[in-house]
Amino acid sequence: MSDHEYTPKSKVGKWFNDRLPLLTLANHLTDYPTPKNLNYWWTFGGILTFCLITQIITGIILGMHYVAHADLAFQSVEHIMRDVNYGWLIRYVHANGASMFFLAVYIHIFRSLYYGSYKSPREVIWIIGMLIYFLMMATAFMGYVLPWGQMSFWGATVITNLFSAIPLVGDSITTWLWGGYSVDNPTLTRFFSLHYLFPFLILGLVVLHIWALHVPGNNNPIGIDIKKPSKDTVPFHPYIVIKDLFALLIFLIIFAFFVFFSPNILGHADNYIEANPLVTPAHIVPEWYLLPFYAILRSVPDKLLGVIAMFAAIFVLVILPWLDTSKVRSTVFRPIYKQFYWFLVADVLILGYVGAMPAEGLYLLIARVATAYYFAHFLIILPFLGMKEKTTPLPLSITEPVLGGSADMAMAKNNSDYKEKL
Amino acid sequence: MKNFFKLIVFFTLISKLIFSNANAAGEKQELLKVDWSFKSFFGKFDRASLQRGYQVYSEVCASCHSLKHLSYRNLAEKGGPEFTELEAKAIASNFEVTDGPNSDGEMFERPAKLSDKFVMPYANVQEAIAANGGAYPPDMSVLVKARGGGANYIYSVLMGYEDPPAGMELDDGVYYNKYMYGNKIKMASPLDDDIVEYADGTKATVDQMAKDVTTFLQWTAEPHLETRHKMGFRVIIYLTVLTILVYFSMKKIWSRIETKV
Repeated sequence: MSDHEYTPKSKVGKWFNDRLPLLTLANHLTDYPTPKNLNYWWTFGGILTFCLITQIITGIILGMHYVAHADLAFQSVEHIMRDVNYGWLIRYVHANGASMFFLAVYIHIFRSLYYGSYKSPREVIWIIGMLIYFLMMATAFMGYVLPWGQMSFWGATVITNLFSAIPLVGDSITTWLWGGYSVDNPTLTRFFSLHYLFPFLILGLVVLHIWALHVPGNNNPIGIDIKKPSKDTVPFHPYIVIKDLFALLIFLIIFAFFVFFSPNILGHADNYIEANPLVTPAHIVPEWYLLPFYAILRSVPDKLLGVIAMFAAIFVLVILPWLDTSKVRSTVFRPIYKQFYWFLVADVLILGYVGAMPAEGLYLLIARVATAYYFAHFLIILPFLGMKEKTTPLPLSITEPVLGGSADMAMAKNNSDYKEKL
Repeated sequence: MKNFFKLIVFFTLISKLIFSNANAAGEKQELLKVDWSFKSFFGKFDRASLQRGYQVYSEVCASCHSLKHLSYRNLAEKGGPEFTELEAKAIASNFEVTDGPNSDGEMFERPAKLSDKFVMPYANVQEAIAANGGAYPPDMSVLVKARGGGANYIYSVLMGYEDPPAGMELDDGVYYNKYMYGNKIKMASPLDDDIVEYADGTKATVDQMAKDVTTFLQWTAEPHLETRHKMGFRVIIYLTVLTILVYFSMKKIWSRIETKV
């Protein structure tokens, strides 16, 4: 990027920096030129980093008191809630933190979808992001198993059973995952181990995600490349830092309402009943953030095809940069795609809703239609729309719609009005 | 700033959606609603009600239902029934626990101390099931959190015993309850007027006892509820003030360039 040669002022700094250029890195991070027209939807990257760090710190503390054993896990969680100093706070932050993490990641993903941040030259950032999202789901799922309540146990049973749909080796794989012939103590201990490991893998991927971001730089609401860095960008510090901090604080207020005033609203009551392999709960539902995929899984009558559909739902996102054929990044200039975008948002919300309902009757029908539409959006609508759609004219630079004064002035004004409304 | 309100509206909508999802699988029968003192942002427990609730638990429920995650010391802790330490010790000493091995390698019985967990009515789950006609009386430590509807559900079940509707056949040892899942319950109505005699002179109606014991069970499920509410209020005030300060700092910093933030 704009990496002008940086030399530390002090002698010691220079000596160190010649051997390990950490100061050059710090300088790059503070000076990093960021488009000045980023809106608040761009603050979720910072919020997500905060969420990850919070989960890791609270998780490490919980790990000091938690006992990963089928006979003791539930009890040790109650021990944390009752006897560990502020254990209730740490656990509620961790449990609600997972939900807040997913809320933020969904906003982050849909922001990317709206402004075309996944398109060239940012495909690698997007793919790493999808890997992070996939690992997040695995981590959250395994974390939910650890308290060893009824929903933990039966959720684990349902999800691990999915692997038995694989032809020929399915049963062997499931037995291998379980470490036995059903979900039991070996399953719990390995889930604990992996639940501890995965966040650090995520952390590593986050570093790559940010690194990959810093090569082409940020996308922006207009989706055009930066023409004149001096005019179109601001240094990351202090402009973006303070803005991210402001947004993070708003996010924290909402987070705090959940933690302190309704800490169990996002969980399922059944998970306060100790796991019992002999009693199946009336409805087995995953946590809310996995519901759309759960709906897709159940909408397919065949088990194997259902599992394939569920994983395909994530895979179409991975190859999205090549499914969307439009060269225009921002939806602001794509009037037809804009409508399909909101259809997709509605579709995913509907999938989430029916995922929480019993898979029967009308709910099943809705789930099937919504699943079909989900795939149609990515596999049919996006490729064709990109070729056919007539996009509105793009402004010449980021500064233009802000300062105006050109022939495209009227157009640019409309766009910035639109941004305001969003 | 306009963007911000939109963002907040968006958050509210999303959380509403999640909220309705979480409750979607709930029961159809509308639960009885009580204006509990522990609800709301400043909610606290009614101390006298907690103490009466413990009395109902120990005289009525405790013969079948355990409270295995609680210790006797909890009864004297802040934010709970707040019995004096002497009272809590006296309560504990009514129970016998097995300790040991002593220096001779023998197990021995001794009166319970504050540090002991609540003594369970049955030695194990199997014994509890055998003694209760095949139904396990659930441990009550986190029962309020383990039922959709929480405190209102527990209260409703206690108040929901009725004669079965015409045409409904019930097996021996099965009772009709308006609010129970499936309307069938293996516990006979546990409360009758004046089944306990309250030390503070409160009239022991079924409604009063149901409220008291539900309050007590809310505390056993959430022993730190009062601290949580108090801390939550402070945290949110702190965050709000900080947010306002950061907002003006941000405005100041961004005023150096033409772009609005």
